Amino acid sequence: MEMTKWLDEQGNLIGDVAVPSDDVLKTMYAEMKRGRMIDTKMFKMQRQGRMALVAPVSGQEAIQVASALVLNKEDWIAPSYRDSVATMLHGMPLENIIRYFKGYSDGGGAPEGVNVLPVQIIIAAQMLHATGVAFASKIKGEQARTVTFFGDGATSQGDFHEALNFAAVYKLPVIFVCQNNQYAISTPVSKQMNTETIVERAKAYNMAYEYVDGNDILACYDVMKRAYDKAQDGPVFVEAVTYRLGPHTTSDDPKKYREQTEEQQWQQKDPLVRMRAFLEARGLWDAAFERAIEDRASEEIEEAVAKIEETPPPTLADMLEKVYETPPTLIQEQIDGLRGNE
Amino acid sequence: MSEKTIVQAINEALFHAMEHEDVVLLGEDVATNGGVFRVTDGLKEKFGPMRVIDTPLAESGIIGTAVGMSVNGLRPIAEIQFFGFIYEAMDQMVSQATRMRYRSNGRFHSPIVVRSPYGAGVNTPELHADSIEAIFSHSPGMKIVMPSSPYDAKGLLLAAIEDPDPVLFLEPMSIYRSVREEVPDEAYTVPIGEAKIVQEGTDATIVTWGPPVVWLQQVVEDYAKQGVSIELIDLRTVAPLDIHTIVASVEKTERLCIVHEAVKTNGIGAEIAALVSERAIFSLVGPIKRVTGFDSPYPAGTIERDWMPNPSRVKIAIDELLTYE
Ligand SMILES: Cc1ncc(C[n+]2csc(CCOP(=O)(O)OP(=O)(O)O)c2C)c(N)n1
Ligand SMILES: [Mg+2]
Repeated sequence: MEMTKWLDEQGNLIGDVAVPSDDVLKTMYAEMKRGRMIDTKMFKMQRQGRMALVAPVSGQEAIQVASALVLNKEDWIAPSYRDSVATMLHGMPLENIIRYFKGYSDGGGAPEGVNVLPVQIIIAAQMLHATGVAFASKIKGEQARTVTFFGDGATSQGDFHEALNFAAVYKLPVIFVCQNNQYAISTPVSKQMNTETIVERAKAYNMAYEYVDGNDILACYDVMKRAYDKAQDGPVFVEAVTYRLGPHTTSDDPKKYREQTEEQQWQQKDPLVRMRAFLEARGLWDAAFERAIEDRASEEIEEAVAKIEETPPPTLADMLEKVYETPPTLIQEQIDGLRGNE
Repeated sequence: MSEKTIVQAINEALFHAMEHEDVVLLGEDVATNGGVFRVTDGLKEKFGPMRVIDTPLAESGIIGTAVGMSVNGLRPIAEIQFFGFIYEAMDQMVSQATRMRYRSNGRFHSPIVVRSPYGAGVNTPELHADSIEAIFSHSPGMKIVMPSSPYDAKGLLLAAIEDPDPVLFLEPMSIYRSVREEVPDEAYTVPIGEAKIVQEGTDATIVTWGPPVVWLQQVVEDYAKQGVSIELIDLRTVAPLDIHTIVASVEKTERLCIVHEAVKTNGIGAEIAALVSERAIFSLVGPIKRVTGFDSPYPAGTIERDWMPNPSRVKIAIDELLTYE
């Protein structure tokens, strides 16, 4: 299978391709850098006991930023737990993301007008929601696309296959973005499937597909733009080959299952480093640009954290009110008991 | 107004509901075939294949897709061909549909209706006849409606489709076509969460739902002839439970017998017994009786009759209750 690649590991352009405008190029880098900083900060906060559990994105920013950049406001994202760079860029407030990983029960609520489903914990379950959201768009005659993110491990789940099949049979406007980061916790791709690539499953469902270097943001952007257009006529499957540079979550220790030499090899392919080299060679990157991004992100994080620390998490009684639209008698009694107005 | 069966009443409700553009129907064989019980007959012809959808054969796919549709503004009615097949969709039912509201902090919700024929007595192959409503009642966020008459079936289904929360709507297969009654031709709703007192009485209360409501009326009549007055309550909705109606009845009759077609242990009957103990134990003159299925997998056809609750087992329980003063 031929992999779409625009940049080599040194950030040199491969082949004769139409590069996006300077502004888009700079935005790509800035958003990846912002994502990396937020990720790093949340990881540190977890170590300080200020977060519950975090699933780091580091290493996978390119495909997530590229995906979000091709979307319009009315489009939908059905994410897993490792997609906050994409969801944030699509309008999910940073505050929500931090609240979610702090273990606050209100973190999953996107603001009105931001079409991002809450974080999905059950592997591949969100893929069917994406299929359904896209089905609704099609039935209503709307142009919106739905993008769903999932990992290599997710491809073994029944919901993965059911989602692909439903979408293919009904030609739904959904883009399935598989971030093949080589592992499902400790399990390597080779134990997950007996195929060379993941993308070849798309062929079995007779849907359009793209196979891309997931650490090359120019290639990812190109592929996602094409996928977006094609999705008008039916589903598109994208396999983005990437690597999670950090642990599975803040409770995982990758030393148990992968060699440090392997990690080092992938650090060489870091999507940020590669893009920065590309920009620098074109005169689009300098230290001041870098600092400006860093300052903006730090400020943004500080503001969000300050706001969160002022707003307490919902209480148990608040949560009970969110189980049904109107609490039935027996739940209302429990709420009244908690609120002390029995 | 005319006499209708449960199948006809549900079919009519679906025709009414689909007049609203946001209502869609999906499931296995529901469109061209009109469903294996013909409950969805004629709907595809009227509303077209984009609103009455034959899906691939995959229950998790059906429910998960319905959840996604509902998040994006539709009101999907999903059919699970036989209730025992819903195990395939367990996660989408109990950890997805039920949690969308809480998980998204109220931004989204999942107003799906999942229709499915259930229950015993039709000589079906394995896993076609199970009554597993209790499993779903253990997942807050879901409502479970189990009508026993054509009138209630139509009104409750229309209420379920309007309801802002996910509703599991269970259709009693064994009485799909055997019970008839006058049902208005126009649309109307019957409120979810309200039990119905089928027969008022003073000496003992029977709480039940689904097909036993039909045959228990004869049992109640037999007692009436002996001068014993039994109150018969049809729960109609098993989640949320209408505990007030049950408690008010027990406070009057002082004796409670629960009848259900499901396995005994950890059934809805157990929850009713616990709630009545919490709220009205001092009104009772004797133990709470349960007449139910047995604690085995739902049996093959030749054992079905022994397994199911029946009038003579109910009479043994009631006769015992009547000995307490
Ligand atoms: C249904 C289900 N089974 C198991 C788990 C536990 N679990 C959480 S993440 C994970 C690995 C997922 O791997 P992959 O799909 O490759 O995504 P990644 O974490 O690499 O982004 C597992 C096994 C789960 N959350 N849900
Ligand atoms: Mg993975």
